[in-house]
Amino acid sequence: MDREEIIARLKPIVSTYVEDKDQLENLNEATDFIKDLRINSANLVDIVLDVEEEFGIVIDNLSMEKMLNVGASIDIIETKLVQQ
Amino acid sequence: MHNRVVITGLGVVAPNGVGLPLFTEALKNGHSGIKHDPELERLLFSCQIAGKPSVSAELAAQYFSELELKSLNSTGILYGVIAGMDAWKDAGLPVSAGEEPDWDSGTVFGAGTSGIDKFRESVYKIDDLQIRKLGSTAVVQTMASGISAFLGGKLGLGNQVTTNSSACTTGAESILMAYERIKCGRALRMLCGSTSDGGPYVWGGFDAMKVCTYKHNADPEKGSRPMSATASGFVPASGAGALILESLESALRRGAVIYAEVLGGHINSGGQKGVGTMTAPNPSAVQRCIKNALADAGISAAEVNAINGHLTATSKDAVEIRNWCEALGRSGIDFPYINSLKSAVGHCLSAAGSIESVASVLQLHHGFIFPNVNCEDLNAEIMTMVDEVRIPQKMISTDLNIVAKASFGFGDVNACVIFKKYS
Repeated sequence: MDREEIIARLKPIVSTYVEDKDQLENLNEATDFIKDLRINSANLVDIVLDVEEEFGIVIDNLSMEKMLNVGASIDIIETKLVQQ
Repeated sequence: MHNRVVITGLGVVAPNGVGLPLFTEALKNGHSGIKHDPELERLLFSCQIAGKPSVSAELAAQYFSELELKSLNSTGILYGVIAGMDAWKDAGLPVSAGEEPDWDSGTVFGAGTSGIDKFRESVYKIDDLQIRKLGSTAVVQTMASGISAFLGGKLGLGNQVTTNSSACTTGAESILMAYERIKCGRALRMLCGSTSDGGPYVWGGFDAMKVCTYKHNADPEKGSRPMSATASGFVPASGAGALILESLESALRRGAVIYAEVLGGHINSGGQKGVGTMTAPNPSAVQRCIKNALADAGISAAEVNAINGHLTATSKDAVEIRNWCEALGRSGIDFPYINSLKSAVGHCLSAAGSIESVASVLQLHHGFIFPNVNCEDLNAEIMTMVDEVRIPQKMISTDLNIVAKASFGFGDVNACVIFKKYS
């Protein structure tokens, strides 16, 4: 699975937690969940749970803490997919 | 210098009507909201009938975001937010769009439990070693103050935002707590009221105590029988009621519709002394509560036109009537009109006091006394105390000036509110 494909599957998950959907148009690897998408920080754990379900992976606490933007999230998803 | 306090908005989510127009119609016509509940039957409850408000997904979507609804599993929060926001809108108040909280407005919105279904969901996950799957919404839906926190955020409230809890007295108590805050000048406006979760996990404890009726599973609408000779226990129910209390000055300045004035009231406890226990009221405390409410309102017992009782349809109804007779020094034909909303909606538990207060205020505002249903066979002991014309079974259109509303709850706690037509 390449990074573009992961973004495409990540976008609808993230979209659920974004109030102003216009912010999603320029979603790229540098996009920060809290600063750019104004996602409530409490919802980051919900995004992780949805990601686990979508990709069939388990994300540990340490990895979870790093998932603050799109690029870092893709890194972790890739790592976990490889580990499987 | 104390502020006068008036009611400028109402909201209601009741088993027999969601929203003021439907509820008012049901109230006047004695329409029952009690139905057979297949889930209670499946779970082998003795009482298999209940009062549940009907809230469609479309209606819920008008009050909650898609994201909130994704994980919402709390009927108490669902009902409370709808009733609370309806009351706010009914009062003609804007929902602040700016960054500044509304410092002059707050809420005391009561609950008995919060998110009991969410709590159940969480317990199952934890026991299944799936703690991490609880997500971010378990706390805000199960914390006791969940309902006031949701309302405070949706309305941008900047004054006190809290939840009170005193069993079936909760709703009446919330009104008096809000009243006091405005009276002494600490807020201009308070959203008050209460909500109750519904469903087997709230009602189960009552079923096990054998305080709910098991005799009407085949005829649900006949099941809730306050003041009847054949009263056989209460019918469990749920919902929410909400009122906007406001200083008279603020209401007049805004040109708001004034439904009624909160003239005063009293809250006390029987201390579980004498015959008072965890689950039974101490009559001397109940009578004292009513008398002190009248004194606080500055009116005499003779001025009370109508009573909206607690009257749950248990053997305690006659005791309650005796307490009113003693406290008011009135009986027979001299007794005020009295009614119980529970005959049509069941016992909405922590929401009872607020839904019933909404009904009481509608009576004052529109000039009617809603009918009692299911007491065509009046309790003999009650008939020795009160003339039957004072227990109307058909709606009476009449101008009312003073309505006394009382609620009593487990823990031997009491509250009595005095509502007056605004003039």
